[in-house]
Amino acid sequence: MPKARIAVAMSGGVDSSVVAGLLREQGYEIIGLTMQLWNQRRLPELLPDHPVTGRCCSLDDVYDARQVAMRLGIPHYVVNFEDRFEEKVVKPFISEYMAGRTPIPCALCNNFIKFDQFLEMAAGVDAGQIATGHYARLDFDQATGRHRLWRGRDASKDQTYFLFGLTQTQLSRTLFPLGNFTKPEVREIAARFGLPVASKGDSQEICFVPDGNYARFIEAYMKEQSIASPDTGGEIVTTNGKVIGEHSGVQHFTIGQRRGLGVAAAQPLYVIATDAASRQVFVGANDELLRDSLMAREVNWVSIAPIEQPVSAQVKIRNKHIPAAATLLPTADAARVEVRFDEPQRAVTPGQAAVFYDGDLVLAGGWIE
Amino acid sequence: MNRYYFDYNATTPVSPEVMEVFVRALRETYGNASSIHTDGQAARGRLELAREQIAGLLGAVAREVVLLSGGTEADNLAILGTLAASPAERRHVVTSAIEHPAVLKTCATLHATIVPADSRGLIDPDAVRAALRPDTALVSIMHANNELGVIQPIAEIAAIAHQAGALMHSDGVQAAGKIPLDVNALGVDLYSISGHKFYAPKGMGALYVRKGTRLAPLFFGGRHENGLRPGTENVPGAAALGAAAVLCKTNLSAESLRIAALRDRLEQGILAQVPDAAVNGAGAPRVPNTTNIRFDGIDAEPLLIALDLAGFACSSGAACSSGAVEPSHVLLGIGLTRSQARSSLRFSLGRFNTGQQVDALIEATAGAVERLRRLSPVYTHA
Repeated sequence: MPKARIAVAMSGGVDSSVVAGLLREQGYEIIGLTMQLWNQRRLPELLPDHPVTGRCCSLDDVYDARQVAMRLGIPHYVVNFEDRFEEKVVKPFISEYMAGRTPIPCALCNNFIKFDQFLEMAAGVDAGQIATGHYARLDFDQATGRHRLWRGRDASKDQTYFLFGLTQTQLSRTLFPLGNFTKPEVREIAARFGLPVASKGDSQEICFVPDGNYARFIEAYMKEQSIASPDTGGEIVTTNGKVIGEHSGVQHFTIGQRRGLGVAAAQPLYVIATDAASRQVFVGANDELLRDSLMAREVNWVSIAPIEQPVSAQVKIRNKHIPAAATLLPTADAARVEVRFDEPQRAVTPGQAAVFYDGDLVLAGGWIE
Repeated sequence: MNRYYFDYNATTPVSPEVMEVFVRALRETYGNASSIHTDGQAARGRLELAREQIAGLLGAVAREVVLLSGGTEADNLAILGTLAASPAERRHVVTSAIEHPAVLKTCATLHATIVPADSRGLIDPDAVRAALRPDTALVSIMHANNELGVIQPIAEIAAIAHQAGALMHSDGVQAAGKIPLDVNALGVDLYSISGHKFYAPKGMGALYVRKGTRLAPLFFGGRHENGLRPGTENVPGAAALGAAAVLCKTNLSAESLRIAALRDRLEQGILAQVPDAAVNGAGAPRVPNTTNIRFDGIDAEPLLIALDLAGFACSSGAACSSGAVEPSHVLLGIGLTRSQARSSLRFSLGRFNTGQQVDALIEATAGAVERLRRLSPVYTHA
């Protein structure tokens, strides 16, 4: 009796390639699926000085995934998720950005594509489970009956910040075979399997935006869609209400940013907040960026049930943030949580996620209001 | 696991008889057909025999057959060659929205009017008439559509093109070997065929060029193929194409009846077992081997993969450069919505299919569609 059929999300990178190899070695029937999410040739003005190589959905990556599948002797298909990716990830990314917030499309992609449409595609080809190359760990807690999400052993590669939206159903059908490995170990395994991608570089943070230049991407996309770019220019205002300059669009500013304000001042000025409605960018001194609390909305309870009492936790407010000690305070709505930090935190940014941890355990996560 | 092949419109296996001719020519007829010596003459003789055999399939005479690398080259030569040879004041082309990319993309580089197809997949000759202009040099309409199998009224359209002083080209890649052909009855000036669609090897095709038709070459070099296609002739490929042409012509009436019966059995079997399914292009005359079926509420992509994993090869739309499936321009061209186009699958049959294979395919398709519909968030009927 052969073991169960598992669909592996193969990006063409070293991580997902090793996942396919490990599961194959364990005797599972593996189907390799590469998601075509975005056509990198679609916005031609982004191409000339940004050749389409080495990033998600490039033809090189599809080629690599296919080579790995052939090396491992597993069936491989490219599945077209472009329509849904544009609807659920690209468009919300643009509207958030234009509203002056700092979006994280990777979390949306996980919620709506990788652990939703991909799971459905896997079920469609009769694979009951999926496996990805995320550095995270999963287990099942008999006492509470919950699937629990833990940070991966390799802290430097931890990707749980982008996985906070996963539901119990999604977790029950997912495998993260790399959770107990470090990146160097994964590269060693790739070499042992003779995979052509063993020394391939890591992928970028936002796969569909060349070089991370959001403004350029959005401008090109809006031009393609014949959407007139709204005028989002306005005043630069100090936190005590004094207008000290003008800017060309709120979307160009990130909270905590210092450079690029174009105004001279005696003290260094930082972006403290932006307001899309009044088109104002508020600036002030570095210590004005400190916040001692935040509200998280659309909170998804991952490894524990919604809390009813205040709970101590560590909270991460952006991907590279070192989790800060805090107290989680429940509200009448289980999907809204107040986070009170033990020490004030710099640049709490609306649109980013706040993910709550207890050590390595992911308790829950939501979006910063 | 057994592999059951239902994708003959994509390509066909080389039939054993053709393979034998091909290998024998590779081994024995190695001369350069342009050489003066005995070995060259033997190659020339073999090439001209093949040309006659190909002409026989088309109802043409041998010197009207230009040997090429395949259907794409034939389409390019027909369109670009005609335009290059026509006077400067005649450079307009009329074609249809459901052509193969070899025609559509070529026409996209030109001044072209694109005629739509109706919901059955048919091109209306009157629409072609309306698109004609005094400067129209060429009308290019496919004989049979690759995705639907729909046969176009080529004779009628050719007459209309000629009345306006334009030449008529037809891409016959999906018709050759499937239905009787007679380029004179069709009234075409140019007609493309491709060997690998009727049991010859890949890399061999031909363009019929009616005697007296002015055509300029795309490539430059020697004077091969009457100056239209320089390059040392592929004698073994031509021999194989000739053998495949003879085989198809000889077996056509019996084979087309047998394959039509299998296709109808497949179509009726699926429609009987699967609710909310419909045949795209059902209302039009079709080649005997093709059926394109729409399964409401599901995506054809996982269906195609599930069938492949169960051993059945079929097709869904066109693959983009990454290999992902894109909604077919043909299905969109006959008025299907994007999601309808994405829920359609093409089965194309051929020489090596059997009734037992068809029954297994019906079973597998019905099972896979049922599972996909259980999972589907949008399917609610039945």
